[in-house]
Amino acid sequence: MTPDRLRLLVPVMALVALLAGVFWMQPRAASYTGLNLLLNLAVPIALATIAQMLIMAVNDLDLSMGAFVSFVACVTATFLNDTPALGLLILAAAIAVYAGLGVIIHLRNLPSIVVTLGMSFVWTGLAVLILPAPGGSSPEWLRTLMTVKPPLAPMAIFASVLIAIVAHLIVMRSTLGVRIRALGGNERTVARSGTSIIATRAAAYALAAFFAVLAGMALVGLATSADANIALRYTLLSIAGVILGGGEFIGGRVSPIGAVIGALTLTLAGSFLSFLRISPDWQIGAQGAILILVLALRLLFNRLEARR
Amino acid sequence: MTRTILMASAALACLAGTGFADTSDKRIALSNNYAGNSWRQAMLESWAKVTGQAVTDGVVAAADAFTTAENQATEQAAQIQNMILQGYDAIVVNAASPTALNGAIKEACDAGIIVVSFDGIVDEPCAWRVAVDFEAMGKSQLDYLKTAMPDGGALLEIRGLAGVFVDDAISAGIHAGVEENPNFTIAGSVHGDWAQDVAQKAVAGILPSLPEIAAVVTQGGDGYGAAQAFAAAGRPTPIIIMGNRQDELKWWKEQKDANGYTTMSVSIAPGVSTLAFWVAQQILDGKDVPKDLTVPFLRIDQDTLEANLETTPEGGVANVEYSQEDAIQVIEAAK
Repeated sequence: MTPDRLRLLVPVMALVALLAGVFWMQPRAASYTGLNLLLNLAVPIALATIAQMLIMAVNDLDLSMGAFVSFVACVTATFLNDTPALGLLILAAAIAVYAGLGVIIHLRNLPSIVVTLGMSFVWTGLAVLILPAPGGSSPEWLRTLMTVKPPLAPMAIFASVLIAIVAHLIVMRSTLGVRIRALGGNERTVARSGTSIIATRAAAYALAAFFAVLAGMALVGLATSADANIALRYTLLSIAGVILGGGEFIGGRVSPIGAVIGALTLTLAGSFLSFLRISPDWQIGAQGAILILVLALRLLFNRLEARR
Repeated sequence: MTRTILMASAALACLAGTGFADTSDKRIALSNNYAGNSWRQAMLESWAKVTGQAVTDGVVAAADAFTTAENQATEQAAQIQNMILQGYDAIVVNAASPTALNGAIKEACDAGIIVVSFDGIVDEPCAWRVAVDFEAMGKSQLDYLKTAMPDGGALLEIRGLAGVFVDDAISAGIHAGVEENPNFTIAGSVHGDWAQDVAQKAVAGILPSLPEIAAVVTQGGDGYGAAQAFAAAGRPTPIIIMGNRQDELKWWKEQKDANGYTTMSVSIAPGVSTLAFWVAQQILDGKDVPKDLTVPFLRIDQDTLEANLETTPEGGVANVEYSQEDAIQVIEAAK
């Protein structure tokens, strides 16, 4: 088995174990509608996780992910619904801002954590300006897309597989993806190879913003309306998803398929604990325990890998 | 023989059926978004007490309470979808957001589940709403003041947390009341954030710039702080409308015993969760229930002060638990 495959083994095992646990406790979940109810809210989380993964691939961290997805959700529920052209323009501008952030972080050599933390307040502020009170409504086509009932498997499964494949093709197979990962791994090498580091970083940020925009839109499609705080949890969820899926804080080592699986695992962990009827006071702790368990397993695998 | 007994008892059950035999196999879940303050704690305790009794009596089969760990709409949406999977017949929800749960609530309705929202209500049309008329609550303060001091005077308004719709609604009610009674004027307005310490600081800050204040209109959780600020400034204590908090009632009682101080206190009882429970039970029972219901206020007056203070726990809020009859009354009133 290649090391990459081996890295994917732990998240897959965690997902299968949790899924088995959920089915065992709640047999009703093992059905078409059951799976959809269980996993449909994982779709926006998976998209946000891919976005975070792209940022982490260039050795940065985005602490504004939740705020940005909330902002996108607010734009989607208002402008994109009422005046689609203006809505698309705003979303495109937001992606451009992200690319600009990548440039600034690179040129000024700023820590990405500080810049994105600052930006999180900007995004939240804009979201509150757009939608001072919760409301708005999802564009009809988006709602239809997110509640579509395809044959064989529910939307949540199709969407997750599609996201994983597209992200895999972009990050692992395309030239840009290779450059992005190389940038996170060894900046100097990329510079010497004659590629513009600034352009690569900007592209990584723009691509991340694009996935985050999709996350916000998917969320509105599911929730039917928005709220300026709707996705604040996504910052930590997306980071946890990347790590769970085999990514690392040290740039360059990421796995798009793993990230999607990580997002699904986190969502399932929540349902699993709720079915177990664990008191809410302990739920965050229990979620943390699942994370630690998976990471410990991975460490063990890494050791085995190194010994061989 | 056995059959006749069975039939006889079945006939008896039909005769004796007061309406709740129909819901004895139904399961109701409470989806709560937050448990971090005394009001929510009292709300959960009331739920446990009343629904526990209902389960023991066989009115419903189960009434489980779930609280999300992080007060986030996306988390609560997932929680509601889990409840659908768990096969509950009705979901009573105190929502983190009036709109962001709509998708999950629609899923529940489509699965044939009754959804009743209260306190934090949702605007998905398929759900029932047990709502608080906050504007009427604000206006009721002026109605009291009108009779307590017919000559009118200058008012100090203490508002809640800026940007929350409850604050806007109560304040709108107060201002509507002032408009109707022109001999009252609002001399100043501060934000007390529904907390005694914040209110005290805010009132102390604005007091030197104010004329003599006849009364303080409040939003609850701020009356005691206002009283402290007036005392510290050495100014005469005006009528301060209270908000059913234990420290407010205790201070009122002390003043009443010392100098015959009079005021009134109004707020929403945390036990409103039990009202929502009975409403859900009535709907499951097949009763025709309007989608929008209004929660009665819990008002405390001079003569009911002692009784309420006695039953309010230290640091808590005056509470009342609702019965099935109360729910039927509220439903009838809305028709």
